Amino acid sequence: MRKLLGISLIVLLSACASQTTQPEVEDLTAGAGAGSGGSDLMGSGSGSPSYFSQLQDPNSILSKRSVYYDYDSYSVKSEYRELVLSHARFLRDNASASVILQGNTDDRGSREYNLALGQRRADSVRNMMTLAGARDEQIESVSLGEEKPRALGHSESAWSQNRRTDILYRGE
Amino acid sequence: MIVIINGDFLFFENLIHMSIHRPKSIYRALVLLLCLISAPVYAQLNIEIFGGGASRIPIAIVPFADENKLQQSITPVISADLQRTGLFKLVDPAGLSPHAPVEVVYADWANRGANALVIGRVVPISGDQVEIQFRLMDVAKKSQLTGLAITVPTAQLRMAAHRIADVIYEALTGDVGVFSTRIAYVLKRGNKYALQVADADGYNAQSIIEYSEPIISPAWSPDGSQLAYVSFENKKPIVYVQKLATRERRAVASFKGSNSAPAWSPDGKKLAVVLAGQGGSQIFLVNADGSGLQRLSRSSGIDTEPNFSPDGRFLLFTSDRGGSPQIYRMPVTATESSNAERLTFEGSYNVSPDFSQDGKSFTFIHRNNGQFNVAVQEIGSRQVQILTNSKFDESPSFAPNGKMILYATEINGHGILSAVSRDGQTRQHLSVQTGDIREPAWGPLPTWK
Repeated sequence: MRKLLGISLIVLLSACASQTTQPEVEDLTAGAGAGSGGSDLMGSGSGSPSYFSQLQDPNSILSKRSVYYDYDSYSVKSEYRELVLSHARFLRDNASASVILQGNTDDRGSREYNLALGQRRADSVRNMMTLAGARDEQIESVSLGEEKPRALGHSESAWSQNRRTDILYRGE
Repeated sequence: MIVIINGDFLFFENLIHMSIHRPKSIYRALVLLLCLISAPVYAQLNIEIFGGGASRIPIAIVPFADENKLQQSITPVISADLQRTGLFKLVDPAGLSPHAPVEVVYADWANRGANALVIGRVVPISGDQVEIQFRLMDVAKKSQLTGLAITVPTAQLRMAAHRIADVIYEALTGDVGVFSTRIAYVLKRGNKYALQVADADGYNAQSIIEYSEPIISPAWSPDGSQLAYVSFENKKPIVYVQKLATRERRAVASFKGSNSAPAWSPDGKKLAVVLAGQGGSQIFLVNADGSGLQRLSRSSGIDTEPNFSPDGRFLLFTSDRGGSPQIYRMPVTATESSNAERLTFEGSYNVSPDFSQDGKSFTFIHRNNGQFNVAVQEIGSRQVQILTNSKFDESPSFAPNGKMILYATEINGHGILSAVSRDGQTRQHLSVQTGDIREPAWGPLPTWK
């Protein structure tokens, strides 16, 4: 517990420090224009909170960030349950951490319908996370639909890699 | 930016309705033979014609005098425009070259099966201006049906040709021509995405905006001056509206979660958009300046791809509230989605609806045996016709006269533009550039129409 407290103190301090050096990660208010929301989700730099080392530890389940789905389905399969719950617990225990969940689909059918299907995939992960103690404000679920495929081509092996939700930590 | 032709309309004569004498059955073999003979001439247009040509209007288009001195010949553009509609059959003018009414021997054209004849000439005016004179002759009545002289800068020769094709189309069919309209689509080349606007035949493409992140769902404002679209440049979908003339743009839906699927109301004052920030993907109305957000659909499922009826009273949209994605219709005033009426019942995947201009039918994508095809449904009779047999069609969009449908399809792994006639009998690939083309949207009639 003492260790956890220590971590969150460091997190809070570094979060404050990073405020001045890094752009706001994303402007979520209505009417935000182009460029007002920095999109530097991957930018880390010196001001990164220390919990990132925990997130990036290859031996930790937290380093795994993708949830895969069956065709036309948005339910989180049992094999990914522990992955989602681990991130939910991490968010619960690190109040300053926040994620963007990006839902993705394969490229069959309507782009807009796929966008909505990808949203549902991201929402399913968000719901599981909030039930496990993460707060709404820590999570934004969005969809990239079929627009950002991880694998190209019209084959089941490509499609199955593209039906997924990615968990991105802000500022990481 | 709307292209303006400095048109001088000189001799609009006797715009009468010509009675087209369609070939009787005994002529069909001859018609088919002529069609086959002339096929190589037009092969480069890549037009596929299905079914008999009996109901097509046979028309001969003689290359205009001196058009070969221009950087862009006029008559090949007119021919391609007319042929793409599936309503015309081109009669080969080989060996005959009248350019004025006194030079026309009507019997020659009657013998070749032509009911209509297009002749004309190009006259240099001054500097880079030329005058294009054309006449449409009625072969049976041996008289001029209509004519037009257009003065244009040489940079706008294609647009002048489209305008002439419109006049011919309107005189022979009684319908409004759409060859002078424009289309919008997204071009992906490498890792770059460009929102482009082009002539209705795919030529004269201009990039409106370019990004290294995806753009989808362009939608024309009813007056053709603005495009709404979805951009992923901020790691999530946000709806923007951009003026074509000034390139000035604004975010109209940038709420928490995903923002997508913009559709203009017919008066251009509002946009229907799909927002996911309040749970699920639901349809909202927002003023064109981004103010006045109002929720429209209220279901526990996906509601997306809204499309206004021409009278602005209804929305078509895609919803999976019944278990599979199907097309529904609801009043725009509805606040309860229980007012929505399901329209499609054939198959388990019907998406991307787009109303025809008369509001009596809509085009959409229908999945059948793993293929995604363009289909049309009559709203009254619920009769469905599937118009294509390709594998991956998407984003169908009606021409503003309801006679053709523009859509994206895939050939050899590349996205290309295609057009199909309303009856499904004529299809043409329009792509004239390299790269992946997707998300086409057919623009409105020019404001002078």
